[in-house]
Amino acid sequence: MTTASADTPILKSSHLLGIEDLSVDEIEGLLLLANHYVEINRAAEKKTALLRGRTLINLFFEASTRTQSSFELAGKRLGADVLNMSVRTSSVSKGETLIDTASTLNAMRPDILVVRHPDSGAAELLSQKLDCSVVNAGDGSHEHPTQALLDALTIRRRGRAFEGLVVAICGDVAHSRVARSNIHLLAKLGARVRLIAPRTLLPPDADRFGVEIYGDMREGLKGADIVMMLRLQLERMAGAFVPSTREYFRFWGLDRQKLGLAKPGALVMHPGPMNRGVEIDSDVADDIEVSLIREQVEMGVAIRMAVLDALSRGFARERRNAP
Amino acid sequence: MSGRRIAFKNARLIDPESGLDVKGGLLVENGKIVDLGPRLFNNAEANDPEVVDCRGLVLCPGLIDLRVFTGEPGSEHRETLESASHAAAAGGVTTIVVMPNTDPVIDEPSLVDFIRRRAVATAKVHVLPMAALTKSLNGEVMTEIGLLQEAGAIAFTDGDRTVSNARVFRRALAYASNFGALVAGHAEDPDLSEGASMSEGEYATRLGIAGSPAAAETIIVERDLRLVELTGARYHFGQISTRASLEALRAAKARGLGVTCAVSAHHLALNELDVGAYRTFTKVKPPLRSEDDRLAMAEGVASGTIDAIVSSHDPQAADTKRQPFAQAAFGAVGLETLLPATLALHHNHGLALGTVLKAMTAAPRAILGLESGRLAKGAPADLTLIDPDEPFVVELSELHSRARNTPFDGRRMQGRAQRTYVAGECVFDRAKEAKRK
Repeated sequence: MTTASADTPILKSSHLLGIEDLSVDEIEGLLLLANHYVEINRAAEKKTALLRGRTLINLFFEASTRTQSSFELAGKRLGADVLNMSVRTSSVSKGETLIDTASTLNAMRPDILVVRHPDSGAAELLSQKLDCSVVNAGDGSHEHPTQALLDALTIRRRGRAFEGLVVAICGDVAHSRVARSNIHLLAKLGARVRLIAPRTLLPPDADRFGVEIYGDMREGLKGADIVMMLRLQLERMAGAFVPSTREYFRFWGLDRQKLGLAKPGALVMHPGPMNRGVEIDSDVADDIEVSLIREQVEMGVAIRMAVLDALSRGFARERRNAP
Repeated sequence: MSGRRIAFKNARLIDPESGLDVKGGLLVENGKIVDLGPRLFNNAEANDPEVVDCRGLVLCPGLIDLRVFTGEPGSEHRETLESASHAAAAGGVTTIVVMPNTDPVIDEPSLVDFIRRRAVATAKVHVLPMAALTKSLNGEVMTEIGLLQEAGAIAFTDGDRTVSNARVFRRALAYASNFGALVAGHAEDPDLSEGASMSEGEYATRLGIAGSPAAAETIIVERDLRLVELTGARYHFGQISTRASLEALRAAKARGLGVTCAVSAHHLALNELDVGAYRTFTKVKPPLRSEDDRLAMAEGVASGTIDAIVSSHDPQAADTKRQPFAQAAFGAVGLETLLPATLALHHNHGLALGTVLKAMTAAPRAILGLESGRLAKGAPADLTLIDPDEPFVVELSELHSRARNTPFDGRRMQGRAQRTYVAGECVFDRAKEAKRK
């Protein structure tokens, strides 16, 4: 497997805030680089010295076991010093504003800040106020770029070509940053994206994103190559957007029967954590023949290493350009 | 009853859907209409064992009433599905759509199933249940519209309650549209009409009764029209009562919005002055309005802006009506007076019989997507034989409903059902009933 030489720039920006701003070349560059890290992660010796001396701060304003540990591991395997800050231990809970937090952190001179925040645009705001690189690990209902990248890597490593690939994204699209990032990424790579959701969980004007909209899951799954399930947040199940979990599962939950309507050999993805019996049946989620859910987690670490690597190439440029 | 045939001859066949209005005959077999037309049974006597000589009376599709409250489950002393079905049959109504405002509220699939089973076991006419739009009719949490629809709910409504939270209502409409489900709304701002017992105006002021302004209805009608536009839901106004509502509906329909609406027979026949000396049987929801509003309702039926006419049958026990006006319960029975009260549009306002009947046959059929409500080959033999001219006086003691709270007691009316057939079975025969007495 070939990989770009260590100095080739991959990203034009010094931040990764979303997929929408990335070019196809940038996406392909990251996927290619991530392939390389998949191999490294499967070796006994996983540690490199690429980011030795660099500081990575994981700033998480929302609880996330999966993404936070994935970034932590990615940073450590590349040799960086990793600091995890979560909202419960930070001064934000004492009333500090996001900008105050940013300038405090800036004074600690991190090289990369990975941020997750419940408000859309928080990563963008931090990128304007900090001197370091900012990686968006999920901002509100806006973007979650590394999730979309790891999903793409997972699909590609299963040997599926994106051109003409039919990907059905099902569930709470309205509140999902994963869905938005995936819509952008899949469209850029030439896939045909379908959104399947009850009308209450579809964002307004979703049809303007070059996707096909289905209210009826059975219709939407017909001919799909990939079925990407989204998590339904607990607080959205109790009647505000859908009346009950049993009704949701009946009409929009992925079970064996509904999956049977997709293309033979269709694969199932989920960004996790899953609500079994709400959006996905265990019977499908645990079937290693169709479920890519565990592979997604593995690809997550590789993608995040690739992103950190790519951003660090910017550091090198800055150094060279420095007087 | 396989192979059972009934031949109707010498009828004036009126089918509002096709515009048919001719003298002729109609043949029923196995509960379905198999033939009809001007030449059928005209010259020769029909050979069939069962021949009904209609003697020139109107034979039309059985009436479909989109708005009926019963007391089952929970208040069986007021009305059961069975007693309501007797009243319906006597009124020429072959399908009643029952509201979910019972105890418990029909907001669970198992309760929809209960209504359907009880109806099959006890009712003489077709009973189609609407399920609640929000749980316990609380206006806060939407019901399981998909599962309720699968259980047999024909549409979704909070009955005589308005979902006052526009965000909740918007989401419920959007959610219902996933299933192509029809939502029926009640247009009365609950805050503006709080404590009101009749329509706001001069007469309410004379009586010293708190009134609900016409605007309480208009505000919700206009709000709902905007929300329908936003969500693309299938929407039906369960009842309107004011000229302003009619104009809002007319404008909305003119810009192509697929909404429908109904008016109650009470609001076509009565106005606020019929409250008289605090007659609690005239206390209904929405309240009886001004004469101008009543005339607007008649115009609305004539122009087709108002799609359907309903009974808004709402049986109340005597103890809840024998109260000071403000404390009395809302509601009036109406299944047995639906047709006569509506025929006044024909007798007094010059509307064609077909136009009047359309609002109780073809229109509700189209709103609900039913097989019945038309005279056509293959359609269910739900039929009503009407003498449109027979004069009579409404007598409380002759009502079939378990509750007797009619605002028409002692009123002279003209025209009523003589016979009613449901799936080819005669469920009401006025002549036989008269003999029994």
